[in-house]
Amino acid sequence: MNIIVCAKQVVDVSEIKVDPNTNKPILAGVPQKISDIDKNAMEEAIKIKEKHSGKITALTVGPADAKERIKELLAMGADEGILIAQPEKLDYYVLSNILAAAIKKIGEYDIILCGEASIDLFSGQIGPRIAGLLNIPQITYAQDITAEKEKVVSERNLGDKAVTIESSFPVMITVTKEINEPRLPSLMQILAAANKPIHDWSAEDVASEKLEPKITTVDIKGVPMERKNVIYQNDIDESVGKLVDSLIKEGVLR
Amino acid sequence: MVLVYSDDHKLTLELLNKGSELARELNKSLTAVIIGKDEFSKDYIAHGADKVVIAETELNQFKAEEYTDILEGVIKETGSETILISSNKNGKELASRLAAKFKAGCITDCTNVYLKDKKLTAERIVYSGNAVAVEQFNTIPQIVTIPSKVFDPLPKDEKHKGEVIKKKIDVQKSSSKILKVQEMKTEGVNVEDAEIIVSCGRGFKNKEDIKLVSELADVLKGRTVGCSRPIAADLKWLSEDHWIGLSGHKVKPKLYIAAGISGQIQHIAGMRDSGVIVAINKDPEALIFKSADYGIVGDLYEVLPKLTDAIKTKMG
Ligand SMILES: Cc1cc2nc3c(=O)[nH]c(=O)nc-3n(C[C@H](O)[C@H](O)[C@H](O)COP(=O)(O)OP(=O)(O)OC[C@H]3O[C@@H](n4cnc5c(N)ncnc54)[C@H](O)[C@@H]3O)c2cc1C
Ligand SMILES: Nc1ncnc2c1ncn2[C@@H]1O[C@H](COP(=O)(O)O)[C@@H](O)[C@H]1O
Repeated sequence: MNIIVCAKQVVDVSEIKVDPNTNKPILAGVPQKISDIDKNAMEEAIKIKEKHSGKITALTVGPADAKERIKELLAMGADEGILIAQPEKLDYYVLSNILAAAIKKIGEYDIILCGEASIDLFSGQIGPRIAGLLNIPQITYAQDITAEKEKVVSERNLGDKAVTIESSFPVMITVTKEINEPRLPSLMQILAAANKPIHDWSAEDVASEKLEPKITTVDIKGVPMERKNVIYQNDIDESVGKLVDSLIKEGVLR
Repeated sequence: MVLVYSDDHKLTLELLNKGSELARELNKSLTAVIIGKDEFSKDYIAHGADKVVIAETELNQFKAEEYTDILEGVIKETGSETILISSNKNGKELASRLAAKFKAGCITDCTNVYLKDKKLTAERIVYSGNAVAVEQFNTIPQIVTIPSKVFDPLPKDEKHKGEVIKKKIDVQKSSSKILKVQEMKTEGVNVEDAEIIVSCGRGFKNKEDIKLVSELADVLKGRTVGCSRPIAADLKWLSEDHWIGLSGHKVKPKLYIAAGISGQIQHIAGMRDSGVIVAINKDPEALIFKSADYGIVGDLYEVLPKLTDAIKTKMG
């Protein structure tokens, strides 16, 4: 079984601070990590490999330091990593076309796994776009995957219903955060990962045409969060009394 | 041509509102698409559609591959350039696959859509709720997806005229197969419309304990219970219509009470527009206090019953 996991390096959104003057997020210096749900995708790939053997390739479009993230994926259980240098001008169109072209270049694949969405952009576009470009079936929001030799059965979580769907290979699946608990690699695995290959490709290596973004981000606006932050933390009865009085003053209790 | 599509009737009506505004400003006409049987064409025309295209098909279940083919056909046939699709889960995967087929730009989960310098412009939440990106299309076709409740439906205008066109479109059958559709139980709550919400998180130890929140919600006008993602998605203690946050429902009640919720940015993204925010958490360092107007540091098992009683006494 050949499995490709698309994983993205993102800023750790819980570490973002907001500039008090402009209200805009300060992104410089924020630690980077693997987008949360992409680790779930990786974990699912490992489980499938454990059952059927095969090869897992971790695929990232990102800056040079994303190599560190690929090393984490190799330590978790990927066999090989590919880092495609991120072009300067990028949108969902450009990104998905690079990924799809890279997947074509890899050539052999049965299952492509993505996250349901990335934690920085949260667009959910990349997986379905890749499937569309490769003209293969897509299964999104998978909360369960059972891979067999010739096919996969997966359950989509649509909130108000669960849809069980079966597909032959190749197929693109996006997973939810709840599908599994990603493993933490052991020290041995981390050390062993140093010997696994990471290939450096460029967008030009894979895509036959020059890709120009279809959309431009014209602004990133801050979202101010000004709250009173009145915290009662002594005697519970007293705190409850004060809270109720405050709520009455606010006019929200009627 | 402006075109709207959703597999949900209610969401189509909401899209028609924004669709008619854009069509007017762009001086184009507005098409609504129905895939399958014609149930709502009259309704869509009364809500602003100039044309309803009914794509007749034997398909009776949604599959993104096949529905993309159908919409691709309708879009080509009608020469549509601006496409509005609902941001429910089916809508998003459909819009994205469609965008791939058309080599088009697509912006999902738009919280606002408008024309600026004659270009279609959309706003969406990024960095899990830390910021809003303003994105603009450089090319057509241009595709946006819009979540429920961002726009209300326009009032019905029975005098508005439109034509209904039936079309048969060839579809490349998907090799995937739907084996089972299981309706999940929902309690039919509507957190988006609630005036007061009491929400629970992982600070609750057992499913039964959620009665502490519903009892408080009951004495407050509003009676609505919300929850964090793990309560609905991992533990499944509450149905997903209670789920609040970036990947759940966005709410703006007058009063939002969060009990046993840590206040991760993804949860805040769904409730930051609330009027007054109250947090109950036993950890004084919990992030939720930074996003709260009032907070009590304490064990929710002690605080909630006392709060419920105190409010009952005060309100009589
Ligand atoms: C892509 C993505 C999307 C997401 N979308 C959402 C979303 O839409 N909505 C959402 O909610 N989350 C979402 N999350 C998850 C989010 O990051 C947090 O994991 C989640 O909100 C945590 O839920 P919680 O606060 O209930 O649990 P925890 O973080 O476990 O917090 C439990 C809190 O309860 C407190 N507590 C424990 N016992 C008691 C007690 N006896 N009395 C009082 N307090 C107590 C603890 O101090 C703690 O602060 C998303 C995550 C990702 C990666
Ligand atoms: N730069 C990237 N490199 C590799 N995979 C990506 C990248 N961006 C997005 N993806 C994949 O697409 C999924 C959805 O991302 P998004 O469309 O940004 O919400 C992610 O969970 C990843 O699996």
